[in-house]
Amino acid sequence: MKLIFERGAEGRGCSILPPCDVPEVEFSRKRETKLCLPSLSETEINRHYSELEKQVYGVNSGFYPLGSCTMKYNPKVNEAAAALPGFSGLHPLQPEHTVQGALELLNRSEKALCEITGMDRMTFQPAAGAHGEFTGLLLIKAYHQKRGEGEKRTKILVPDSAHGTNPASAAMAGFKVVNIPSGPDGCVDLEKLQEAAGEDTAGLMLTNPNTVGLFDKNILEITGIVHGAGGLCYYDGANLNAVMGIVRPGDMGFDVIHLNLHKTFSTPHGGGGPGSGPVGCKEFLAAFLPGKAAERREDGTYEFETPAESIGAVRSFWGNFLVVAKAYAYILSLGAEGIPEAAESAVLNANYLKKKLEDIYPMAYPGTCMHEFVMDLSKIKEKTGVTALDIAKGLLDGGIHPPTMYFPLIVHEALMFEPTETESRETLDEAAELLRKLYRTACENPKELHEAPIHTPVRRLDEVQAARKPVLRYSYDL
Amino acid sequence: MGAYIPNTEKERWDMLKAAGFSDFSELYADVPEGIRLKGSLALPPGQAELPVRRSMEKLAGENQVFAHIFRGAGSYRHYIPAIVDEIATREKFVTAYTPYQAEISQGILQSIFEYQTMICQLTGMEVSNASVYDGATAAAEAAAMCIGKKRHTVLVSGAADPGVRRVIKTYCFGNGSRYLEIPEKDGVTDRGKLSELLSDETACVYVQQPSYYGCLEDMDSLCEMAHGAGAKLIAGCNPISLAVLKTPGEYGADIAVGEGQPLGIPMAFGGPYLGFMAATKEMFRKLPGRIVGQTVDRDGKRGFVLTLQAREQHIRREKAGSNICSNEALCAMRAAVYLAAMGARGLEEAAKQCAAKAHYLQKALKGAGLFREHSGEFFHEFVTASDTPAEAILKALERKGILGGLPLDGKRILWCATEMNTIEEIDETAAIAKEVTGV
Repeated sequence: MKLIFERGAEGRGCSILPPCDVPEVEFSRKRETKLCLPSLSETEINRHYSELEKQVYGVNSGFYPLGSCTMKYNPKVNEAAAALPGFSGLHPLQPEHTVQGALELLNRSEKALCEITGMDRMTFQPAAGAHGEFTGLLLIKAYHQKRGEGEKRTKILVPDSAHGTNPASAAMAGFKVVNIPSGPDGCVDLEKLQEAAGEDTAGLMLTNPNTVGLFDKNILEITGIVHGAGGLCYYDGANLNAVMGIVRPGDMGFDVIHLNLHKTFSTPHGGGGPGSGPVGCKEFLAAFLPGKAAERREDGTYEFETPAESIGAVRSFWGNFLVVAKAYAYILSLGAEGIPEAAESAVLNANYLKKKLEDIYPMAYPGTCMHEFVMDLSKIKEKTGVTALDIAKGLLDGGIHPPTMYFPLIVHEALMFEPTETESRETLDEAAELLRKLYRTACENPKELHEAPIHTPVRRLDEVQAARKPVLRYSYDL
Repeated sequence: MGAYIPNTEKERWDMLKAAGFSDFSELYADVPEGIRLKGSLALPPGQAELPVRRSMEKLAGENQVFAHIFRGAGSYRHYIPAIVDEIATREKFVTAYTPYQAEISQGILQSIFEYQTMICQLTGMEVSNASVYDGATAAAEAAAMCIGKKRHTVLVSGAADPGVRRVIKTYCFGNGSRYLEIPEKDGVTDRGKLSELLSDETACVYVQQPSYYGCLEDMDSLCEMAHGAGAKLIAGCNPISLAVLKTPGEYGADIAVGEGQPLGIPMAFGGPYLGFMAATKEMFRKLPGRIVGQTVDRDGKRGFVLTLQAREQHIRREKAGSNICSNEALCAMRAAVYLAAMGARGLEEAAKQCAAKAHYLQKALKGAGLFREHSGEFFHEFVTASDTPAEAILKALERKGILGGLPLDGKRILWCATEMNTIEEIDETAAIAKEVTGV
């Protein structure tokens, strides 16, 4: 397919602005090099993006069981609500009395999400999950510093099954990372945790349900050990979809959390963003929150207030406001009973699909899963030479978005499936059928899977060449 | 009401049994009884689509959307060509995940590659990443790229956006580097103070062009000073201005960053926005986040992939330079469509009109007794001072549906004009201000 720069011709363009109605001005420090941008008519721009769109797999192109990503349906009413000019047309620094609806939306969203998570306060400044992790860790850092233990408490405990963002966020917040090995059941090894926790522990980062799709039933012991050592507990909300409305992180013993509104609360992923990663905390950390909180005054009006000992700001203004608006519309739609219903159905769908596959695909961990499950294809690879990657690429030819591959790192040939609650029984049945077919192909004709995909716009790409000889932009000079 | 679950209750029971359970409570057998939520969440019951829409419309209706805006300070109202909204709301672009499965994600990958190219064109730099959260985090990430064992002081211009400064400072609190501000003088960086602050511990100098007060910095000399001390220079740029002003590549910046919101992204009460980041060949391997690269598939056909992933958190974990994962891909696509629709000529025209209208506004306000505070050249923002309280002027404008400049204190106002402001609107604004000041 042509690049946008390879289309059009010099002199073509769109007519967007009228002539200027005031005198021109000149600058002393002018741009010297020619600015090269596409020269295209509106027709050509439109066609170009239509071509690109054909080569994209969206949530409604088919089944999207990408583990840990919660690719649920993105309701259209949320999009319509966020597009209202009364939201999209607001300048972030308008006088507060002219943005009362926006402040009320932030205030109500905070209250609802605190109720769902068992937290007391929340900031919407973080723009994504990893950004939320960084923010939450800064709260932990500020807390220890205030107590005069900042110098001493320098370590963050992270299970080896954690998302890569956890250790990376801890490092960005200036902490040393201590990896805690998982037990054979995929959960936190309590003894190892006990050994690691001590006077230098700033906190623990944990996902529960964890990244192998299991609810760690020792959760109270885990948070108890960390608290006992004087550390705080951070909840990575990536997997909240499994338990929302059933059990709350605040009641599991967590002090600070982030949510991924673009996972659990149905806002779309946009091909990689924007997301929103609000951070919630217990009251004793609230004074450290970044940015400003939308507070309700006694007369029913709203105002922004900066927390007393705020760590500062992690983003400009108030975060990805329109994403929060979409999540709020979703919360209104589901309500008190819809939230646990969604969680329960997500867990049901995962267990149903798992059941349909576990006789031929070995599961990494036995037992009831939460919203996702992990297969371990090591044995299949040994027997047939077909890898997790090959199966994933085979799914592409079958029109299904592959599950998450090679994660968590503690499972070697991992494929992680998260069907979400918004998939019908037939979709799950068809996916199971395709996976069983791929298994048969693996046994009978493994070469076919090494070659897959063959029906996609491009075939397997040479990633080594891309990294060794980086071509990272189109060059007009060539 | 609905939770967007297709399966009926009966179907769900059937599935539950097929999965080997006899009751829904068994699904949560691992959750200790003592911590399970007793009763239901203290939230209202779910609602159907129509009442949800009405609730959202009611909230939106409680905000005032100004038809006439003279306020910038980090968020700018520019014209967004209709095609930008049309393309950026196409469902597949909106709903796709990060393009890790390259074979079915060429559309997203190519759009990012094209975006990266356009950012390099605008900034004059060699390599762009696929975006970060916003201009402020782009600045903070850029500073983190420069910090080393010996050089761990970050110098930030006091003439830069205070919101951006706050974010850099907060990131420095995280990574333990030293944050120092260079005082502002006459709306720009005080170069005398900068030369006093520069040392062999300076990792980088962050300067914003144009400054928060709209003034043009002498970037050539600031670059020379930073480099003379062995430090990197990070330029925070307004992307529209780059169509007419000397580029970071031309004055020798090491990293160019900025807020991409002016490129076809609505003000939206502050977000989602777009942080762009571009660097020299020497620095690009330190860029955080995703980068798309060109390659070939098995049949030799051109294709695109996420590349240089060995820099990133999912590979390097605690050794990664940044934790960023999700970025602002859809906003980057908006920027690319915007730049394609405007073209080089259109963008230059927008930049020229912004400057022309801001200068016309400045003269008109001067006639109303609001005098510009700074002396140097400015782009599309400027500060006025007067003895009349800023609030009185802004209130009078607000009554006529005009959002005036941002009050910096009781007397000073930071104004902005863009191609959206007409001569009539500017004249009216000045006339209203004149009534208040009584000049």
